[in-house]
Amino acid sequence: MIPLSSYLAVSSVLFVTGLIGVLIRRNFIIILMSVEIMLNAANLNLVAFSSYLDSMAGQIVALFIIAIAAGEAAVGLAIIIVVFRGRIATNVDQINLLKW
Amino acid sequence: MVQQVFFYYLAFASIASAVLTVGLRNPVHCGLALLSLLFHIAGFFVLLNAEFIAAVQIIIYAGAILVLYLFVLMLLNLKTEERFLHRRYALWLFFALLAAGQAFWLLLHSPFAGKPGDVTPDKVTQFGHSQTIGIVLFNEYFLPFEIVGVFLLGAIIGAIVLAKDRPPEAGNERTS
Repeated sequence: MIPLSSYLAVSSVLFVTGLIGVLIRRNFIIILMSVEIMLNAANLNLVAFSSYLDSMAGQIVALFIIAIAAGEAAVGLAIIIVVFRGRIATNVDQINLLKW
Repeated sequence: MVQQVFFYYLAFASIASAVLTVGLRNPVHCGLALLSLLFHIAGFFVLLNAEFIAAVQIIIYAGAILVLYLFVLMLLNLKTEERFLHRRYALWLFFALLAAGQAFWLLLHSPFAGKPGDVTPDKVTQFGHSQTIGIVLFNEYFLPFEIVGVFLLGAIIGAIVLAKDRPPEAGNERTS
């Protein structure tokens, strides 16, 4: 039997990898992908706890997280398309119009 | 024993694909590494007796969301950049590693205690995972389910409104 802490260790490593990706990459789309990595790490955490505590609540929340990730991807990619089409910027550190 | 072999394989492969997703230079390669990560996470869900979540993960994440990402990547025709990291990435890497240290500290000091529920693995194998999760979802979590439906409608409308091509004579288009 695999202990719960192994799952938690894997999910925290995945979460930190996604966090590092959000912080150090310049490309918009890779940043959104790193957010997806973090959401997947949270999902793994929830499903592991739900399985080890014999409760369904964590898996239901994991389903909601998948739905919200779909909405986030759609809106985020629409924003990226707008930014690219207007030739405003090609990387995140060039979008500084609101930073005064 | 078999479970442990699968667990170590999935852990290694998913962490490696996550690192490749963050570290690769070409965005399309990053997308393919993300696909591998999603499949291995689905494998974890199967290992945890959550088959329905695993199927949803593959259908929605790997089937829909990732295709959306790849569509946008191909549509925008991103070229591989010379400098693909942030300008001051060493500073942010320091903060991220600090956060990682705190996450591991919390993990080591957590008692992992909780009130056990009543959905034992025997019950799940008796009724099937889809039926078990469906009964809980449509009884106890019906209001959040409806709210998620409204949220998805809002996301659809927002994405269409944002990405719609405005006519050039409207005068509000940025042409710099």
